[in-house]
Amino acid sequence: MSLNPAPEEIHGIRRRFIIISLVATVVFVILALRLWSLQVLGVEHYRELSERNRTRYISIDPPRGAVFDRHGILLVDNRPAFTVSALREEVADRSVLFESLSRLLELEPDILEERWQEGQRLPRYRPLPLAVDVGREAMERIQENGVDLPGIITEVKPLRAYPKDKLAAHMFGYLGEITEQQLRSSDFAGYRSGNLVGKTGLENLFEADLHGQEGMKRIEVNVKRRELRQVTTRDPLPGHRIYLNLDAGLQQATEEAFGDQAGGAVALDVHSGEVLALVSRPTFDPARFARGISQEEWRDLLENPQHPLQNKVLRGQYPPGSTFKIVVALAALEAGVASPKTTVDCTGSFQLNPSYEYRCWKKKGHEKTDLHKAIKESCDIWFYKVGLELGIERIADAARRLGLGQTLGFPFGGERSGLIPDKQWKRERFGASWYNGETVIASIGQGFVLATPLQLATMTAAVANGGTVWKPQVVQRVENLDGEIVWSSGSEKVSETKWSEASLQTVRKAMEAVVNDLGGTAWRSRLGDFRFAGKTGTSQVVRRKSDEEEEQQEGTEVIPYRFRDHALFIAYAPAEDPELAMAVVVEHGEHGSTAAAPIAKAMFQQYFNLIPPEGAEQAER
Amino acid sequence: MFDRRLMTHMNWPYLLMICLVAGIGIANLYSATSSWSMAAQPVYLKQTYWLGIGLFIAAVICLIDYRHLEYLSFPFYGGTLLLLVLVLTVGRTSMGATRWISLGGFNLQPSEIMKVVIILAFARYFSEKAHVRGLSLRELVLPGLILGIPALLIIKQPDLGTAMLVLLIGGSMALFAGLRRSTLVWLGVCGLFGAVGGWFLLHDYQKRRIMTFLDPEQDPLGAGYHIIQSKIAVGSGGFMGLGFMKGTQSQLSFLPERHTDFAFSVFAEEWGFFGCLFLLLLYLLIIIWGLHIAQKAGDRFGMFIAFGVSAMLFWHIVVNLGMVIGLLPVVGVPLPLFSYGGTSMVTTMIGVGLLLNVSMRRFTF
Repeated sequence: MSLNPAPEEIHGIRRRFIIISLVATVVFVILALRLWSLQVLGVEHYRELSERNRTRYISIDPPRGAVFDRHGILLVDNRPAFTVSALREEVADRSVLFESLSRLLELEPDILEERWQEGQRLPRYRPLPLAVDVGREAMERIQENGVDLPGIITEVKPLRAYPKDKLAAHMFGYLGEITEQQLRSSDFAGYRSGNLVGKTGLENLFEADLHGQEGMKRIEVNVKRRELRQVTTRDPLPGHRIYLNLDAGLQQATEEAFGDQAGGAVALDVHSGEVLALVSRPTFDPARFARGISQEEWRDLLENPQHPLQNKVLRGQYPPGSTFKIVVALAALEAGVASPKTTVDCTGSFQLNPSYEYRCWKKKGHEKTDLHKAIKESCDIWFYKVGLELGIERIADAARRLGLGQTLGFPFGGERSGLIPDKQWKRERFGASWYNGETVIASIGQGFVLATPLQLATMTAAVANGGTVWKPQVVQRVENLDGEIVWSSGSEKVSETKWSEASLQTVRKAMEAVVNDLGGTAWRSRLGDFRFAGKTGTSQVVRRKSDEEEEQQEGTEVIPYRFRDHALFIAYAPAEDPELAMAVVVEHGEHGSTAAAPIAKAMFQQYFNLIPPEGAEQAER
Repeated sequence: MFDRRLMTHMNWPYLLMICLVAGIGIANLYSATSSWSMAAQPVYLKQTYWLGIGLFIAAVICLIDYRHLEYLSFPFYGGTLLLLVLVLTVGRTSMGATRWISLGGFNLQPSEIMKVVIILAFARYFSEKAHVRGLSLRELVLPGLILGIPALLIIKQPDLGTAMLVLLIGGSMALFAGLRRSTLVWLGVCGLFGAVGGWFLLHDYQKRRIMTFLDPEQDPLGAGYHIIQSKIAVGSGGFMGLGFMKGTQSQLSFLPERHTDFAFSVFAEEWGFFGCLFLLLLYLLIIIWGLHIAQKAGDRFGMFIAFGVSAMLFWHIVVNLGMVIGLLPVVGVPLPLFSYGGTSMVTTMIGVGLLLNVSMRRFTF
């Protein structure tokens, strides 16, 4: 419903239309004037640009920052790699081009076509890499035949190189192409699609420092699309250098000592938490990622049952087994539940109640056993009884004070917290009350108790240094190109407990006896005059053997690999004035004394410069 | 419902101009994409089909008396708003933006529909509310919401270009409805503060675009690339142009998006200032003709529709050309009838259909 407008309104509306038409005309005149200035006044300038054009700007990737160990030994670097790329907009006939390229590169045309299709997500003006890291000869062949390869350019790009091969691969992590999401975030300003960024480990954590700043070059092409010259307009700036706390020699020795076994080992500075070695086995080859990993290689890594990509020092959660006895012993001494003189008669078994019996690993029993002997020979019965009297709450409290059951602040890698059970936890998790039998097996580090190798090493360091739980420190400092320190770490305490000196000494002496006294469980790994302290552990892999399997095993000594026990060893040295603490876990290594302790021994030999006596190495095996 | 005599009132000159520009656009696409031998179906052919579909839609719209739309305006608006919410919840994501709803074979982009629907909604509202003394601030609250909610939803997608156009279209219509002087001052002050505040809400890549617009040379490989290459193409056209199919920049493929948002650069290089002026005049004539239809409309609702459609065309043209010749930042806004794209063509033709509809029925009451 609309009525005829009043006359003055009609007048007003007409005036409004005139004004609006005028405004529209003025805007169009402004557009026309701009066109005039571009096309008539600026034609010389822009024609020149367009003639000379065919100017292309191409970014130069900066070399990523290098990584060094604590003594300045180069661990990760870059090497020049020749890359053959296509300027898509100048490629006229793809099939002809790929035909000749495939001959020069000795690659199937199909592969080139595949890469071409893959590269379509890059912005059109960016060169599309067809073959990465082709080698000098192929590069020269391409350059000689440049005339017949319109739109093909060769570039020298820095590629991540690992002078020490796979050493400490889990520390560095690997690189991958930047995601769409990252490109839009302000953290990645200045990145372009196709750039490589750190996906895991240090490469990821220090991405901003390592990346550097891209350079730029201008390529001038004439009308016939021949490249005339290249001019670098801005030099790329390499990324910052990272100095780790890692000791390359110790790392190497540890990895060699591990051999083909799976597991993890970590060595810490007792007084600062500096990470001197971190080994996770099996490992992977980070150079594969730098080159661009193939689908098959990636799948192999993911499907490997031993999880090579997982950092077992941080993410492997194992029952600590007998290494946990250190916790129980210390807790019992502090609580007054046990003294160094507390003696138990080990008959090989412990009757909790008429229906539950718990056995010592030594079937014959240890006979009269005090605390010192219980640790040295790893008697289970002593700990069953003392642990039961102590109760799970006090055990759990001591464990947490020593750094177990919590994440310690490792800066990357998704550290796991392990598990220290108590009554409240069981109620929340299972809605059930706590049983004494669960305290009994917790006392020897079985049952619900779980710890990572990093936690075990931290715990060992805390026993050695008097009670301080240090946050693990991986990186010592970051330096810019001028050698100025742009970031440096300081020691940080996670927690600190004042244990009585008497209790600590009792436990330490027993740990020293484990290695150095006849009858100690790690006696075979002793180092003569150099005294280190330790504790072995063997943790049962949760096994649910069917009767059938039991029967099959009847009469054979060979237990299938996946059912074998994990071997553990924790240690610190020197015994008198501790500097280095460590934990070693060998998955399915069966016995801490035979599988894990020799690795620790090799680590001490390397770190403290002990020349092994002639032939000793062989005798141990 | 349909009166045969209406055909005699058909605004043929307007339709002719529309078809002329679309024809030039298709010829231009032919040149811009001639070096693409790979495409299964040439772009210019696809665009011709879209033009046909668009003309058909416009014809259908002409059949229905626009006054019936008056009562459907708000239901349309509500429905489109619902679609916009749907996009954010179940929409299809591509290149980091979520703008589409998949409907079997094709993708619906509700933010485009909103451009037309906002015209209808505002025409309905202002045709009843506007009066001689102009609207007060209080009377602007409701239209502010009608406009603000879809704009925010579109920004969230994020699609800054379309959101800006919806705001420009709605804003123009409110301004046309007439505002009191005090209202204008208030809005000016609020707008200033809003612009400052809005800067902090922008995505980083959007900020970067605006910064690069101010100094394209800073980032010749990234966001600045489009502007630099477009200016070279336009500028090297000169007074008479290099000739059809002879533009070096566009033929040698230096120009990105040369068939969509930057189609005008190709035209400018090949036809020069002379050709550009001709095209500008045609566009200006279409705008002024549309305004004339608005002025002569049979009722206020029709007047506002015709004005709104003209505003839509005007802002598309100005924002696109401003971007191509380096006067405005790069926001993805197509040039109506000229840039390749089905959505843009259909939206434009719905608008053209509405305009012709209003024009045809200017004598009937």
